[in-house]
Amino acid sequence: MSLEVSLRSRVGAFDLQAQFIAGPGITALFGHSGAGKTTILKMIAGLARPDTGRIVAGGRVLLDRAEGIDLPSHQRRVGMVFQDARLFPHMTVRRNLTYGRWAGKRKASVDFDRIADLLGIDGLLERYPAGLSGGEKQRVAIGRALLSDPDLLLMDEPLASLDNARKREILPYLEEIRDVTGLPIVYVSHEMDEVARLADTLVVLSEGAVLGAGDAIEMFSRLDFGPALGRHEASSLLVGTVADRAPNSGLQTIMLDGAAALTVVNSKLQQGERVRMRIKARDVALSLNRPGGISFRNILPAIVQQIALEDSPYVEVLLETGGQALRARITRQAHDELGIREGLSLFALIKTVAIGQRTLSERR
Amino acid sequence: MTGSAALEIVLLSLKVAAIAMVFSLPLAFGVAWLLARRDFFGKSLLQALITLPLVMPPVVTGYLLLVVFGRNGYLGHALHGIGLELAFQWTGAALAAGVMAFPLLVRPMRLAIENLDRGLEEAADTLGATRLTQFVTVTFPLVLPGVLAGAVLGFAKALGEFGATITFVSNIPGETQTLSLAIYSLLQSPTGDQAVAVMISISAGLAIGSVLLAEWIGRRIRRWGQQ
Repeated sequence: MSLEVSLRSRVGAFDLQAQFIAGPGITALFGHSGAGKTTILKMIAGLARPDTGRIVAGGRVLLDRAEGIDLPSHQRRVGMVFQDARLFPHMTVRRNLTYGRWAGKRKASVDFDRIADLLGIDGLLERYPAGLSGGEKQRVAIGRALLSDPDLLLMDEPLASLDNARKREILPYLEEIRDVTGLPIVYVSHEMDEVARLADTLVVLSEGAVLGAGDAIEMFSRLDFGPALGRHEASSLLVGTVADRAPNSGLQTIMLDGAAALTVVNSKLQQGERVRMRIKARDVALSLNRPGGISFRNILPAIVQQIALEDSPYVEVLLETGGQALRARITRQAHDELGIREGLSLFALIKTVAIGQRTLSERR
Repeated sequence: MTGSAALEIVLLSLKVAAIAMVFSLPLAFGVAWLLARRDFFGKSLLQALITLPLVMPPVVTGYLLLVVFGRNGYLGHALHGIGLELAFQWTGAALAAGVMAFPLLVRPMRLAIENLDRGLEEAADTLGATRLTQFVTVTFPLVLPGVLAGAVLGFAKALGEFGATITFVSNIPGETQTLSLAIYSLLQSPTGDQAVAVMISISAGLAIGSVLLAEWIGRRIRRWGQQ
């Protein structure tokens, strides 16, 4: 099951042009506000119409302007989770959840109790939306979309209206849904944290155009997006397996794919679990020799792959360590003094405290 | 005045107001919908037209009704052909009441439709609901408070309509003499003081009763959103 999107639309001076393929797992549409993310989602859902374009979901043509095909929203089988939940205020949570069945005549192919249990909303069923917290509302909205038996799921910044505590409450549910349902999920966000944690595929948008699309880990390691991925937020994603827990130290070791070991602050993750870590480029330091007498716990041998000189006091360096990409953001002065050049072997230093609970996420 | 005569007047008034509502409510909802949701040529004109009964002297509205719906009126003649008589009949009183109440019906309905979050209809759309199902399950229940507010306001207005009614259908006891017209007649009579007091009490009671009913319905509906 995959989703092919190809759209073009001009509204006033804004020219939107987007083309990407979303496979199983989460495809994140990332970009600053005004990049056209939500508009693309609405066009996939059938709530907005592009000038030209074609949208195919699992072989089913939802839209083909050239062929004159434009299925109305209610025939598209596209579940949508809106930023503001949009629960029906005059119905109980249960009636909201089952709306797709009793009003939309959708099949009951997903088990109600399982979804309610999965989202932790089985205790709210007889309540009305006005009495729910923001996080609860959003979970009900996700459940409502899932229970409408969709072929794919669209999420329009579902966490944007929530505070940080509520965001952390919802994120595991999103991961659970990704793993359990196997539905393609298109997830719109301008939060690097969420994207780093959730995205399998990443589509980077800027001013209505796709700057790049592809595997999230590869996309994160590309230096050519510049400000579109955020200078201060620039980071790389490392993948590994949770190894043993060092007793009493409060630390845990993660074996990176490619054999290097990484020490992180103790997480709740179990031994053997696959994890993804987000390492911010500005948390990585470089050293020509293996340093001693230093507080950095993580010292990884690396080779310089690519250097991006910016029109600023900073330099972005792309490294390869054990087959994985790692970005470092250093000053131009350090770059000059160390004589950093492509192919150079050196050591990347990462502070253990920079890899906390929030930068770790469980993967299948 | 006997009790049975008073009862007859009250029942006639209720009948006239009820029939006026039955026919004007759906029409008013349609007009409110058009004004709230659609842009079309002549929208301002329609808006002005339905506000007219509110700003024109009622006696003028009554006269215009007579011109259009009187036995020799433009429509009255045709209606007479199919056996529907309006002038000087209780049905005409209902028409006058409906026309006069119309702007009061449209306004709260229009506001309710305009204030509805259309995002809810979009959500229903993505969940598989057709336009009609969206309307029945989401739109209408949520604008219902506005519809009821309009209905109660309009009903109270229809109950007390005077100027257009007396001009269009005159003041015929047992046929077109509603509460207001009865009070007017009694005030003309030197012996009517006591009866006037009774009629005025009934009239005020009905008006207060409708407003209380509207409040109660409104509270019941609002509770949906607060549980």
